[in-house]
This record gives sequence, C-alpha cells and structure tokens, in this order.
Amino acid sequence: MPAQSDDDRHRALEALAAAQWRLALRLTLTMLALYAGFTLLVAWAKPLLATPLVPGLSLGILLGGLLIVAAWVLIWIYVRWANDHYDRTVASLRER
Amino acid sequence: MDTSLGQTHAAAIAWFFLFVAATLGITFWAARRTRSTEHFYAAGRSVTGLQNGLALAGDYMSAASFLGIAGLVALSGFDGLIYSIGFLVGWPVVTFLIAEPLRNLGRFTFADVVAARLRPVPVRLAAAFGTLAVVTFYLIAQMVGAGNLIKLLFGIPYEWAIVIVGLVMTAYVLFGGMLATTWVQIVKAVLLIGGAFALAGLVLWEVGGGPLSLFARAAAEHGDQVLGPGQLVADPLDALSLGLALMLGTAGLPHILMRFYTVPDARTARTSVAWATGFIGVFYLLTFVLGFGAMVIVGPEAIRAVDKGGNMAAPLLAEAVGGTGFLGFIAAVAFATILAVVAGLTLSGAAALSHDVWVNVVRGGEAPEREQFLVARVATVLGSLSAVALGIVFKGENVAYMVGLAFAIAASANFPALVLSIFWRPFSTRGAQASMLVGTLSSLLLIFLSPTIQVAVLGHASAPFPLKNPGLVTIPLAFLVGIVVSLLTPEPDAATRFDAMQRRLHLGPEAGEE
Repeated sequence: MPAQSDDDRHRALEALAAAQWRLALRLTLTMLALYAGFTLLVAWAKPLLATPLVPGLSLGILLGGLLIVAAWVLIWIYVRWANDHYDRTVASLRER
Repeated sequence: MDTSLGQTHAAAIAWFFLFVAATLGITFWAARRTRSTEHFYAAGRSVTGLQNGLALAGDYMSAASFLGIAGLVALSGFDGLIYSIGFLVGWPVVTFLIAEPLRNLGRFTFADVVAARLRPVPVRLAAAFGTLAVVTFYLIAQMVGAGNLIKLLFGIPYEWAIVIVGLVMTAYVLFGGMLATTWVQIVKAVLLIGGAFALAGLVLWEVGGGPLSLFARAAAEHGDQVLGPGQLVADPLDALSLGLALMLGTAGLPHILMRFYTVPDARTARTSVAWATGFIGVFYLLTFVLGFGAMVIVGPEAIRAVDKGGNMAAPLLAEAVGGTGFLGFIAAVAFATILAVVAGLTLSGAAALSHDVWVNVVRGGEAPEREQFLVARVATVLGSLSAVALGIVFKGENVAYMVGLAFAIAASANFPALVLSIFWRPFSTRGAQASMLVGTLSSLLLIFLSPTIQVAVLGHASAPFPLKNPGLVTIPLAFLVGIVVSLLTPEPDAATRFDAMQRRLHLGPEAGEE
C-alpha cells in the first residue's frame, strides 16, 4: 500500500532527523562546556594551571593540548556515527 | 642579533616569484574550466574531501594566526595557546550543525539556506548586509596586516605591497574563480604546514630534545611563569565573550561556509571538515613549539626590537636556525598566506553582491546565466578595488580589533539565523531579518562603545560598555530577537515548507520536490 509506505517513510525520516539533532546538540554542548571550563580556569585559577607536572609541562599546557584532542575526538564520534548509521539510513530511505 | 629582515634579498624574492608563478599557472588552468557560475562560485562541485579540508585550513590559517600567535607565545608563553584553542573549537560546531545542511540546502552563499523556505528578498538583503560587514572588517585587518608585514619582511613600501596583493588576488578570483582560489588555498596550506613542520624540526634539532625539553629550557631561562596563564585573560566575562565569538563566529564566516558548496555531497562536506580540523589543530600545536623556540633561540628582547607586537618571531627564528635561504622561504609563505586568505574573502564578498543582491533581489531570481557570470566578475573587480582602497585608507591605524569584530558579527548575524532556519520550524521571514540586522548592528554599536575602541583606539579613560568583545551579549540577543519576532509574526507557508526542506536536508538536494 503506497500510502502506508509513504507514512512509514515520513516517520523514519523524522526519527532520523531527531536522532541527528540530538547527537549534534549533545556534542556541540560538550565542546562548549569543555571550552568554557578551560576559559574560566584560565581566568580564575591561574596558579592551578601553572602547576608543573613534569619539567616543561604545566597543567595548563596539558589541558590546552587535551582540548585540541577533545575537538578531534568529538568530531571523530560524529563522523563515525554519520558515515555508518546515518548514511545507511538515508540510503535506505532514498531507495524506497 | 643581526638580521637581514626588511632587506630585499634574493632568496625571499625567488621563493615569492616561484609561488606567484605557480599559482598564476593554476589560475590559467582553472580559467579554461571556469565557464559558468556553477564553476565560478563552487568549482563545479568537484573538490574532494581531503582537498576541501586543506582549502578550508588554508582559508582559515591567516598570516595573523601564524605570525601573531607564534609571536604571542614567544613574548608571553602559555597565553598564545588560549587564542589557538579559541580558533580551533569552532570547527566541531561547523561539523555538527552547519556543513551538511549547507551542502544540501544551498547553491553558492549561506543566504541560500536561510532564504530556502522564507521570502527571499528581505532575507537576502539582511544576509548580504551581515556578510559584507564581516568581509569588510576581515579584509581591512588582512590588508593592513599585509602591508605592514610585507614592509617588514621584504622592505617594499606599504602602498606597493597593498597594490601587489590586490593585483595578484584579483587575477586568481577574476579568471580562475573558486577552482583557482581552492587550489591556491591548497598550495598555501601545504606550504604553511610543511614550513611550520620544517621549522619546528630545526628548532628541536638545535635544542637537542622534544617539545617538553624545549618548554623546560624556556622556563629555566625566562621564568616558570611562561608555562602558566599570564595577563592576556584577566576578566572571566571578557574571556567568555571573546571565546563565544571565536567559537560560533567560525561557523558564520562567509568565505568558510562557501567552501561546502565546492564538494559533491554531504558526506564529503562532513569528511572535509574533519580533515580541516586535523590540519588546523596540528598547525596550532606546531605554532606553540615555534613560539617557545623563538623565545629560547632568538630571545624576547631581540624579537621586540624588530616589532613590538612580536609578529616577526617566526621569521627571525627561521633565520636563526636555517639561515637567510630559509628566512626567504618562510617570508614567502607568509606572503602567500595573505594572498590566499584575501582571495577567499573577496570571492565570498563578490558572491553576496552578485548572487544575493543582484540576481536574487534586483532581478528577482531570474537572470540569464551570461548576465550572472558577468555580474559576478564585475563584483569581483569592485571587491578587489575596495580591498586595496581600504588597505591604503587604514594605513597606520590600529586594526587589531577588526578580526574580533568580524568574528562577533559572524557569530551574531550569520550563525543564529542559519541555525534557526535549519532546525526551528516556526522561524519566519521577519524573524530572520530582525535577527540578522540586530546581530550586525548590535555588534557594531557595542564594539564602538567597548574599551576596544573607546580606550585602545580613541584613548578615553573608560568605556560605557565593559566587555572588549560583545559576543556574550549580541549572540544570545540575536537568537532571542529571531525567536520572539518569529512567534509574533507566524508564517504558515514557511512552516509548511519546513518539511520539504527537511527532506532535502537529509536525502539530498534532489529529494525536495514531492
């Protein structure tokens, strides 16, 4: 029945759009929170960030480096989900 | 320390001519493939993910971030990292919220997306206003920076430097369009990252250890405070405001957004931002090493003696570890960087003028292809002439705040309207228009009232508005205005078209008409 399948398709697309939005929003807010946290530490906890961990490496440099790595990891999570799950669902919706 | 900076020496000139000859060759090749607006604005949608990743990185890594951040690190250590991080964290946002919708919903400019289900004329005018404001301030900062840098690097008079940049950049954009601009960005990105790698390698060779032993030596010679936060960030609200503008502004820069139209599909757009973020992150980590290298090998006093702002730290370091030949190479790379960024900006400004204002507002969306192509080229020439004129008019002015202002406008005028139009059904034409205009005008007004202009430029004792960057106020304000005005002026047609737009967003541009 074409009407039934159109309806299904519409619902599947809405579910996919909602899933994409949820993940995108969560990852964006994570990045925002990490960055805001780092910025506030830089403003409020200067002595803490200046704490040396090993010669040449302060806590601030470590956290700053980790923030760049965090940006890569968040993007990697999204790209993996999208290349895998999202693209496959989109392809199946296009075929129907 | 003796330096040959500022003298016109053979190595720099040779490297520079090599770069210009190679990129003009690319332009000649691209010009024969640029036969329509689809090619002129979007390189025929033929760019691969890795290529676009490099081109995005090329568009984003300006000479200001290469020379400026290395200089900041060389003079004050850790604080340079704060800027690098601010410039990087916007890229995840571009990946999650912007890249794929842009590719599937638009053709040439970000206004295509905002106007997709709204009434086009008011939306495009407001979007063009915001775009041109961002491009103008970013261009002034780049052109004035270019004139000063080239004077310092090559000893060429300021006006000549501006005119040379203007002429070469116009040739790229006018004849080669987006295809040439993309390849210029790729060549520049490879040279810049390669140059930074080579320089960092020479530094670590000279120091005889890894980055940590370099940092440890810097701390031993210049005090432990170079490894911790200094005076750059004093007030937390100020820091958050600048941070928010840098992060969300990246997702609203017109010349960056335009790049997502050059790839064949949404998947490639996604891959290309991942590549770009990788390259840009590596580049900023290298810059951090270069800054500390300059602190240890050249020394802050010698760097300040050449340029108070520290901008010559990386070139001086290149001369110290690699001799005059390597200095020439790094100087030519910095020049190439300026050329490429300015070309990208000019192309996006020309697209706003010709595609948004002329074709879609003046001609109501119906103009013959020949006319569109002609107008695009006229707009390019106008844009280039204004860039040269602005560069000369603002000679000697303090324009450092203009990059922050460009990011604030991009974050307040472009980003909220883009996100609301893609993800929020009730968004209306009036809401979009109000959000973009309020975003642009409030950024301009608050920057004018801020210490950035009142204290740093005009020399007053205090400023009516406390924050140096207005992002913390103007970004939420633009969102709020967009939402409230949309709720007050419901637009049932736009809400109905939202469903068709969602289909196109997810299933691709061809899935809209059902």
